[in-house]
Amino acid sequence: MQRFAQLIERMDATNSTNDKVQALTDYFAEAPENDKLWTIALLSHRRPRRSLRTTDLKNWAAEEAHVPFWLFDESYHIVGDLSEAIALIVPSDADNNSGTLTEHIELVIALKGMSETERRASVVEKWKHLDQTGRFIFNKLITGGFRIGVSQKLMVRALSKHTGVAEDQLAHQLMGNWDPQGIAFAELIHADSDGAARSRPYPFCLAYALDVPPMDLGDPQEWMAEHKWDGIRGQLIVREGELYVWSRGEELVTDKYPEYHALRTALPNGTVLDGEILPWGDGHPLSFNVLQTRIGRTTVSQRALKEAPVVFVAYDLLELDGKDLRELAISERRALLETVVEQAQQPVLRISPVVVFATWNDLVAERIRSREVRSEGIMLKRRDSNYRVGRKRGDWWKWKVDALTIDGVLLYAQRGHGRRADLFTDLTFAVWKGDELVPFTKAYSGLTDVEMKKVDAYVKQHTIEKFGPVRSVTPMHVFEIAFEGINKSPRHKSGVALRFPRIHRWRTDKTLRDANTLEDLQNLLHAHTQGAR
Amino acid sequence: MPLITFTHTGMYCAAADVYIDPWRPVDRCIITHAHSDHARTGMGHYLCHEHSVHLLRHRLGADISVEGIPYGEVRNINGVQFSLHPAGHVIGSAQVRVEHKGEVWTISGDYKTEDDGFTPPFEVVRCHTFITECTFGLPVYTWEPQRSIFDEINAWWRTNAAEGVATVISAYSLGKAQRIMANVDTSIGPILTHGAVEGCNTAIRASGIRLPETIQLTQATDPALIKGALVIAPGSAVDTPWANKLRPYSSGIASGWMRIRGWRRRSAVDRGFALSDHADWPALNATVKATGAVRVITTHGYTDQFSRWLNEQGIESHTEKTAFKGEEVPAASSEETSA
Repeated sequence: MQRFAQLIERMDATNSTNDKVQALTDYFAEAPENDKLWTIALLSHRRPRRSLRTTDLKNWAAEEAHVPFWLFDESYHIVGDLSEAIALIVPSDADNNSGTLTEHIELVIALKGMSETERRASVVEKWKHLDQTGRFIFNKLITGGFRIGVSQKLMVRALSKHTGVAEDQLAHQLMGNWDPQGIAFAELIHADSDGAARSRPYPFCLAYALDVPPMDLGDPQEWMAEHKWDGIRGQLIVREGELYVWSRGEELVTDKYPEYHALRTALPNGTVLDGEILPWGDGHPLSFNVLQTRIGRTTVSQRALKEAPVVFVAYDLLELDGKDLRELAISERRALLETVVEQAQQPVLRISPVVVFATWNDLVAERIRSREVRSEGIMLKRRDSNYRVGRKRGDWWKWKVDALTIDGVLLYAQRGHGRRADLFTDLTFAVWKGDELVPFTKAYSGLTDVEMKKVDAYVKQHTIEKFGPVRSVTPMHVFEIAFEGINKSPRHKSGVALRFPRIHRWRTDKTLRDANTLEDLQNLLHAHTQGAR
Repeated sequence: MPLITFTHTGMYCAAADVYIDPWRPVDRCIITHAHSDHARTGMGHYLCHEHSVHLLRHRLGADISVEGIPYGEVRNINGVQFSLHPAGHVIGSAQVRVEHKGEVWTISGDYKTEDDGFTPPFEVVRCHTFITECTFGLPVYTWEPQRSIFDEINAWWRTNAAEGVATVISAYSLGKAQRIMANVDTSIGPILTHGAVEGCNTAIRASGIRLPETIQLTQATDPALIKGALVIAPGSAVDTPWANKLRPYSSGIASGWMRIRGWRRRSAVDRGFALSDHADWPALNATVKATGAVRVITTHGYTDQFSRWLNEQGIESHTEKTAFKGEEVPAASSEETSA
């Protein structure tokens, strides 16, 4: 654990990517094999399952620190991270971390099987014998949220330096299902055991957001366009008579989408499709909200199948007849894909239609239609590009439609978390309903630091009432709120819920009365949900 | 009427017609220390600790009417006794003790209780009512002993110097900057300062206080000298064009906020050192207890939380609104603002 704690500290103490990679490389060179495996697992989002309730952790920490629960909670709010709040608040004199990382993870896994009393005793014992960084890491292992400021990409780079195996190949090796407890390091890195290879997806090729006018991309003939569908990116694999569906988050979701089971036999063995898990009804895509009802569920009810049916909209073919096609140009892969989809003859498998355009202006016009066809915008792929690992600039671009906007009045404010814990940055906005202001959304992001400070000062000086952490303020300022979608929501006072709301700009040019009305919101709702359920 | 009231102008002692750390112009005031949220321009007359006189002139203008007194000296104003007592916050910082008809109030200003080896150490003043800051009034804020923090700073500086890289640390121009120069291992290399820091150094030396040798950084400074140096600058100067001359450098911040990993990481510097000139949670609690105060008024920081906690401990407490800022939060990196 000491070695891992030092790794975390070393990575925290630099902003240089090279230094972080070097720290990891050094760590790989020294760490015992099972610690290495767990480190790779943790840094590629494979963590032990959460083994106890966070409420328990909070209560134990508050009691150990002899502070009332409300004060623990206030502190947690300011720190913004539960693992760290506990590490800071629980007293300890320990100044090193004995035991290996693996031993600590094994303890975390074992907690699940313990009685309440044993659990508490084990956790508190660890808190007392680890230093602050050690406690922080241990808590992170328990709570299951392990983000420590180093991407999987950097970890793979360091592992490549350590092993001499090429990065792209390693990225592929680390995909899919593997268990740090059931695999040897050499096996993970080099050998290809049959079971793992059969289900293994390819690393997804990711697009950058288009940040220049499309005209700057050159000759339109060199580009292929499709709509960008608002579902879940997925890879659908049929190998050796088995079907595997992976989400972009490298989660195996085969059982969540029984609709696809017909494809197990309808597609030839050795086929890998890249596409979108998309809710679909009456011949068109449904709102993403519909799909959300299925995301968190492990078992699928008949009702969900009926109310939130999905199709797979394929846009790429990565493997055919067991052969890796990623080195082919997308134009060639697309031709093969069309044949595969056609021959499968399954309504649940659709192809993402190519948008034909002769000039960039044609494409501009098509993009404006995006909301009509329920897409998020346009995807642009260079015709001669191969399928690359991860996010690389230049070949794939996403060109999303401009967000919807509405002008709202600042009505409530709450202190933010972590960095913003001293500032009132969690803001609630309202629109007019006659002479009344009706709150319709919260938004946290989008202001500059300077604007944030101004809003904070305004809130502090114009507080009308305090409700716990929330303050109501004198209505005065108008902000333009941008969002990606709007849905009906009986749970909200305004009757609508926005998707990805954020503050687009502070409309200092507008007065209170210039803000939009509830009717304006309802008009947007009707314009964008026609036909959706 | 309470001995001290909180008006829209500042903390006011009506019996003596004197303000303490006012934020709007008044005729007569007592100043706890020379930081800009406590010592403002436009006052008719300033009374402060003798080591703050040059600092006030430096910051507010050479022509201000200011008088300095030593710690412990009692001033009688309209029958009210005022005296200053070490606050341990920055050089010249003082708690203001106010006594009238047997009732004692103490105004802490900003304070820390750990002896930093440079600033005269904090002294507890027994009182009935204690007006306290609580910038770090939450139990997550506990400071490591400064020795171990300076060990880290020295190790960092030493490594950078060995690699031929400058070490740039951002710290308050008054207080933190001098605390750092007085405690680092000056055998590692020279200490270079930003003009704002050197201005305070000059005012402090003029008060007869010794500081290690420092060299103000200018366009003419020899680049070879910068390489192994420790450069001390206010946060507003780090990562601006001013710092370009220093490249390549490793950057750090010394601030109590650096206790929290998230702040550390988001501050976009290489190193964050949790070094504060404010009392941490244990020190705030110990001080409140040691004053023997039956009533505690919190003025800035986590005021609501600290007052509630004190009330639950059986010490009557409430919050008053002031214009004090405590330790300012370091600027976030620009890439964070658009997120």
